[in-house]
Amino acid sequence: MSTPTPVASSAPAAPAAGGESAADAAVATYLLRLADDALVLGQRLGAQLTRAPQLEEDVALANIALDLLGQAQPLLARAGQLEGRGRDEDALAFTRDEREFLNCQLVEQPDGDFAETVVRQLFFSTYQLLLLQRLVDSADEVLAGVAAKGVKEVAYHRDHAVQWVLRLGDGTEESHRRVQAALQRLWPFVGELFETDDLVRDLVERGVATDPAQLRAAWDADIDAVLTEATLQRPTARRTATGGRRGEHTECFGYLLAEMQHLHRSHPGATW
Amino acid sequence: MNVPEEQDASNAPADAVTDPAGAARAEGGHGAVPVAGVPAGSPVPTPASRRDWPLWEVFVRGRRGLSHTHVGSLHAPDATMALRNARDLYTRRQEGVSLWVVPAAAITASSPDERDPFFAPAADKAYRHPTFYDVPEGVQHL
Repeated sequence: MSTPTPVASSAPAAPAAGGESAADAAVATYLLRLADDALVLGQRLGAQLTRAPQLEEDVALANIALDLLGQAQPLLARAGQLEGRGRDEDALAFTRDEREFLNCQLVEQPDGDFAETVVRQLFFSTYQLLLLQRLVDSADEVLAGVAAKGVKEVAYHRDHAVQWVLRLGDGTEESHRRVQAALQRLWPFVGELFETDDLVRDLVERGVATDPAQLRAAWDADIDAVLTEATLQRPTARRTATGGRRGEHTECFGYLLAEMQHLHRSHPGATW
Repeated sequence: MNVPEEQDASNAPADAVTDPAGAARAEGGHGAVPVAGVPAGSPVPTPASRRDWPLWEVFVRGRRGLSHTHVGSLHAPDATMALRNARDLYTRRQEGVSLWVVPAAAITASSPDERDPFFAPAADKAYRHPTFYDVPEGVQHL
């Protein structure tokens, strides 16, 4: 069920240039990618509440989920503003369809077991920390602000994941087997994190974005250090998933969106 | 305050979780009063199921200059994770600048049976309170 289904990209993920300019639209698209990563992973982690091994871990995962939600909100608001189509953060989060979401496929992967939750968190937070450390200098003030706040949060997310990978990897035979299997299953989704395209290259030149391809070496070094200490093997990729940044997602994503959006769609504008 | 009562760590078997009754009680946490037989933090985490996670008492220092205050307890597989769990459970709203976690079994607590010999004799000794002399003007921090 985890097999990505590459679909011919017909739906243009980039919003129509209804904003001030095409340049704004490009920034909006870039912010949506970052925001959707945080939003979707936050949704996944939030769904783990009551399912973690211990009550303490429930709270830890929920804290991380809330941090991510807090990052997504201003990014979505800013994207909506630049897009200029009158969509606020709620409209972007709750009324876009699957093909309009630009998150990487890693963050939407389901929590098969706790090891998968932890490994997904290790992969993503290691990447996100490197990314945000560079985005604190972004020319977009909102993005720079979110990055500055996020660096401290994500450093903790990563530490949490590292602690668990060390314990599961170097724990019992069963925990070692499970975390190794999780590494193997999620490894194909790593490559997409470091993909770059014309949109990103253009925004790098304008000082808004940072080139994710340049983060790969540092990511590899960080991950290798953890895996070695945890007595785990670095997986080998049989294939590399791609397409999330263009709105192509894995099968599980539709179910996630349905759960995330159904309340807002059933009762538009509901508050509590 | 939920300082462990009836704690008798010296007699508690280290592998108390094999005792079904003890294991069931060990699920307390979050301020539940631990009883004898609760497995407590050992330096080396034992390979164990969720039920085996030992109990830790959490102390938070609210700000510089104050002392650490007991705020509750939690389960964690080892000290490092206990500190992180404590961060998530007890300092989410900026309650602290410093955290201590202590294995619950490391605390030796007074017994309810000893309450009278321990505490009752202090009741009628009013002269132990500083009420029989005047505090000079200008004395700070008394």
